[in-house]
Amino acid sequence: MGLMNKIAETQVWKSIFRHGYPSNPRNRALAALSNVFLHLHPVKAKKSGIRLSFTWCMGGITFFLFLLETLTGVLLMFYYRPTIEYAYNDVIALREHVPMGIMRELHRWGAHMMVLAVWLHMMRVFLTGSYKPPREFNWNIGVILLLLTLLLSFTGYLLPWDQLAIWAITVGSNMARAHPFIGHEGPGASLLAIGDVSLVTPASDIRFGLLAGRFVGAGALLRFYVLHCVALPLAAGLLMAIHFWRVRKDGGISGPM
Amino acid sequence: MELFKSIVNWCSQPAIYISLCTVGFVLLISRYRVLSRPSVLWGLAVGIALFFIVGAQDEDFLKIITKGDNMPIVIMIFAILATLGMALRQAAVNDMRLERGLPPTEAEDRGKVLVWPDLVYSEFICTILLSALFIAWSVAVEAPMEEPASGTRAPNPAKAPWYFLGLQEMLVYFDPWLAGVVFPGLIVVGLMVIPYIDTNPKGNGYYTLKERKFAISMFLFGFLVLWVALVILGTFLRGPNWNFFAPFDYWDPHKIEPLVNINLSELVWVKWIGTKLPDNILIREAPGIVIILAYFAITPALLAMKGMKRFYEEMGFARYSILVMLLLCMAALPIKMLLRWFINLKYLVAIPEWFFNI
Repeated sequence: MGLMNKIAETQVWKSIFRHGYPSNPRNRALAALSNVFLHLHPVKAKKSGIRLSFTWCMGGITFFLFLLETLTGVLLMFYYRPTIEYAYNDVIALREHVPMGIMRELHRWGAHMMVLAVWLHMMRVFLTGSYKPPREFNWNIGVILLLLTLLLSFTGYLLPWDQLAIWAITVGSNMARAHPFIGHEGPGASLLAIGDVSLVTPASDIRFGLLAGRFVGAGALLRFYVLHCVALPLAAGLLMAIHFWRVRKDGGISGPM
Repeated sequence: MELFKSIVNWCSQPAIYISLCTVGFVLLISRYRVLSRPSVLWGLAVGIALFFIVGAQDEDFLKIITKGDNMPIVIMIFAILATLGMALRQAAVNDMRLERGLPPTEAEDRGKVLVWPDLVYSEFICTILLSALFIAWSVAVEAPMEEPASGTRAPNPAKAPWYFLGLQEMLVYFDPWLAGVVFPGLIVVGLMVIPYIDTNPKGNGYYTLKERKFAISMFLFGFLVLWVALVILGTFLRGPNWNFFAPFDYWDPHKIEPLVNINLSELVWVKWIGTKLPDNILIREAPGIVIILAYFAITPALLAMKGMKRFYEEMGFARYSILVMLLLCMAALPIKMLLRWFINLKYLVAIPEWFFNI
């Protein structure tokens, strides 16, 4: 450890880490406390809580996949233009022109597995009763994060602009036209009218708002792109910060009282 | 082989398949101590793997399971088997301990460890393993890419992304305003209210089934049977025109399905009473409307007096009402399925004039 100790005493090291090399309890505690990323964790955790058989690491895997999606997603954004002229060809070019190009594969398989990891994480939290007091609110944050994960995956599904994409989104967004009151084929929509003029039409209902048009077209592509790359990740990032912070504040990973 | 195929094909008809899933679920809850034995779990895993390997000899089956976006579902089947198996194993061990007056195993190692290095270390290993796994997967399998989008040439079948196929399968039984809007909304609301209506203080922070049998049964029935099983059904067993195709069937786009479904109003007025349908919409649909209102108004009261009396007393009026309403909505799907399978019922209330069909 001679060399390590020497490095740990340099001005550069000390300016970055406010503690020595973490090989004793004090420095190990400080390592977690004084690092903005590590202090998502508490300094100490229950032995029973960090067993792999207890958590299956599913929450951690979900977070890992979110980071993987962010990283590969940013790289993909360099090559991709969200217009119907370019979108499809850009994705094809990604396959044909980029040597060893696996970013899209990583992004897609990661996205599928993230949905699965969120489900399994929720199942674990349910089966261990970890939503019970004092963690009720954090369970709610988690439900919203589940929703955001599904929406992230759903909006991303459109971007390759192939047959698979456009028709999956068509099938999905067709549901919106049956939304009670605010979808033009939903029950109660005909009640929203002034005299003979209907307020909820194919060109003014919730589906139109979602797709920026009557069909899945250029407007929908841009809208889904912005949601997928900016709005939803920001929302998910914010809620994740709250989620992790609350895990800590509510007593760490759950365990028997 | 032919016998195997015809048995599998027969078992996977929607009515049989969902019934088998339900039977399996009941077994899971009532026999979890036996089913969660490692030998049984391994047996199941090998059995399912063998099924896929043997099945893959068939061209039509192979085509479906190796489609890029269907792979997550094959992975999901094994992942759920592994995680649920682990959970029930620990629940079985804990329940035996609790019966003997011992604390759950989670309480045994009550000690705390420093996050650095004990937790950070395993997170690091996990990150490396996962990275390697995803890189290998991505090198091995290309992400699906079909022909350029065309708004006029609809593929048949047109399917939503795989995780929504349970909802798309629900469209067989309910109209989009219910299957696509109201029920998904209720799933989210239902999940969110769970911590506030589950007043059972036991089972907080450890695996158990015995101490929370009702809560866990309801959750797992919703997740495993009404969600996961329907996702599998929607992905593997629904082909062109959303018709049913058994695993070893060719997806024939010209398959003809007789349309024999009938509305409750037609059943009551035309078939039973023997008149023509009344002109007034509300009178025409009165039978269905009465049934639905009774379902939501009278059942909770009946259950509060008998069957769920203990819940009502322990939870109070507000919590009890929310719980029962959500359960009734959840039960609506299996009920509608049974009505469809046994009396070919299309809608209980059919008012297409107002887009209001139930």
